[in-house]
Amino acid sequence: MADSALPTAPVPQLAQSVRDRSGVRRRLRYYGEKLGGSLVSLFAVILTSFFLFRIIPGDPVRTMTHGRPVSIEQQEQLRREFGLDKPLAEQFWSYLTGVLRLDFGDSFQFNRPVTDLIGERLWPTVLLVGTSVVISAALGLWLGVRGAWNHGSLSDRVNTGVALTLWSVPSFWLGLILIVIFASGAGWFPTSGMESTAVEGWERIPDVAHHMVLPLVTLVAVVYAQYLMIMRSSLLDEMGSDYIVTARAKGLRDLIVRRRHAVPNALLPTVTLIFVNLGFVVFGAVLVETIFSWPGLGQLFYSGLSVPDLPLVQGLFILFSAAVILMNLLADLLYPILDPRVRP
Amino acid sequence: MSLLEVDDLTVTYRTGGGDVPAVRGVSFALEAGQKLGLAGESGCGKSTMALALLRLLPKTARLTGEIRFDGEDILTMSWGRLRAVRWAGASIVFQGAMHSLNAVQRIGAQIAEPIRLHSKATEAEIRRKTGELLEHVGLPARRADAYPHELSGGQRQRVMIAMALACDPKLIVADEPTTALDVMIQAQILTLIESLVAEQDISLLMISHDLSVLADTCDRLAVMYAGRIVEEGPAAAVFGAARHPYGQALAAAFPRIGDPASRRRPQGLAGDPPDPAELPTGCAFHPRCPARLDHCDRVDPALWPTADDDRRAACVHVLPDEGLSLLTKEPA
Repeated sequence: MADSALPTAPVPQLAQSVRDRSGVRRRLRYYGEKLGGSLVSLFAVILTSFFLFRIIPGDPVRTMTHGRPVSIEQQEQLRREFGLDKPLAEQFWSYLTGVLRLDFGDSFQFNRPVTDLIGERLWPTVLLVGTSVVISAALGLWLGVRGAWNHGSLSDRVNTGVALTLWSVPSFWLGLILIVIFASGAGWFPTSGMESTAVEGWERIPDVAHHMVLPLVTLVAVVYAQYLMIMRSSLLDEMGSDYIVTARAKGLRDLIVRRRHAVPNALLPTVTLIFVNLGFVVFGAVLVETIFSWPGLGQLFYSGLSVPDLPLVQGLFILFSAAVILMNLLADLLYPILDPRVRP
Repeated sequence: MSLLEVDDLTVTYRTGGGDVPAVRGVSFALEAGQKLGLAGESGCGKSTMALALLRLLPKTARLTGEIRFDGEDILTMSWGRLRAVRWAGASIVFQGAMHSLNAVQRIGAQIAEPIRLHSKATEAEIRRKTGELLEHVGLPARRADAYPHELSGGQRQRVMIAMALACDPKLIVADEPTTALDVMIQAQILTLIESLVAEQDISLLMISHDLSVLADTCDRLAVMYAGRIVEEGPAAAVFGAARHPYGQALAAAFPRIGDPASRRRPQGLAGDPPDPAELPTGCAFHPRCPARLDHCDRVDPALWPTADDDRRAACVHVLPDEGLSLLTKEPA
């Protein structure tokens, strides 16, 4: 653009509208590319899902009839019911046409449609893991901002040290320790499950919350360090920037400089992280859900894998992947709104 | 009374490896409406000086001396008073055409921010003032909706200037305002700054490594070396006939307009500026000085009036007895 001391002449109407139209086209192409890329990934996931779980060792029929006197004929009968006697190509075709109709087939072990099973288990997982993402992001970002602003101080060093220590702890180990101390030991919290049987109506809310405390603490504790470290280093970078000096030179209070200028810029790299983690929400936390017998998708996946219950694990795998792909897509679409520099 | 009086200012950075003096006893005065140029190589402390004027240095910097702005001492004033003086009293045009603006805020909002902070104007008035400021620096008012990355380097620098004018300050500190720009744009920006400060009777402290740019724009020039002013005087005189060997070297490094000979042989200065943490003894310039005398590593002359009026230089050559009398007072 010309850099002239004279005020630029008003852009003629025609040129303006041409520019607008090419801008719209560019934007449409950007969104189209992102959407198309996501669909391609999803299709690749659908293909992979079928073959992946046929590679892992284990015969569903043998596992499910394990320990019971079953004749060869009965095993063949089961195999026929599951459709495992057909040629692989034929199985793949019926799987593919099923998936495109959102029909993942019936679970081997539960003998019910996979979609029903997922529907039942989805909300407990979203409740537990979703809450944990929100809490760990809020906690980690807050501590990260404080740490960067007072970097090198005692509280910064303590916070960072504690977070990194917890981050390096395996979640199942921490879960077991918490159960030993606070559930079976002190008896303050239930050891497992999501709710007590006798509770009805509104009473269920505090009951579920009570059950959720330990798994939630476990999930938050091992994850929040990620947010803290990214926010802290991102904000430290921004604090050294020239525009922060400009903001201070304007006479703004430190708090305003931080809130209005430094933090919004420093938040940008964390947006991607938050969305990636939101994508993992439905995946749950296989280990934590299993340890606490939380009736969610993670636990369902675990029980499906041990058979292997092919329709179930295929369906779940597609769901987990679709969620990650969807959240990445959302992050791609949202990011240009937050950062004008990458606007198409 | 001068608008800005800096008296024996020192800035020392405390680092893990010990104290590093960046500014070592600088004194100068700037009258209302006057334009002072501060020249020197990178690392001579000129940008540290600019930030020190509004106490914008990091916490590791320790300041002594006095900075009197409009009669008040900046170094001892309360934080609240200091924030009020920032931008409304003195504003800064930073070098960073690139990075001195917030990348994710519209430029209109960034120009409006200090107005909102320092005045009681209504939103409508602020919007109108922002538009006026933009047109004043040669940008259409509707560019207020643009983000910094949508502008060219020269346009961003214009935005910085509009922003610096936002609260009608008495002093503008321009820290390398044209360094990242190409020559044509440089000239435009300099003309713009000159006309605006003249029009509104604003004092200007312009900092640059380019002595010819400063000589063009400013009334007086001060040359800094290793944290000290080594030469000071009227711009044309300092640029045309510097007294300090460093001032001479700096002036010779830039081709002079209308002098073809200087264009064909611009002269550099051998060696690097000294590390502020390990300054040479005596005059800090003596290891690189072409006119060095034997006792220059033991004598550190202060700014001294030269034969002409109104000029000062810190060199044994301007002292009456070539600084020999200092030797008896300050043994090495």
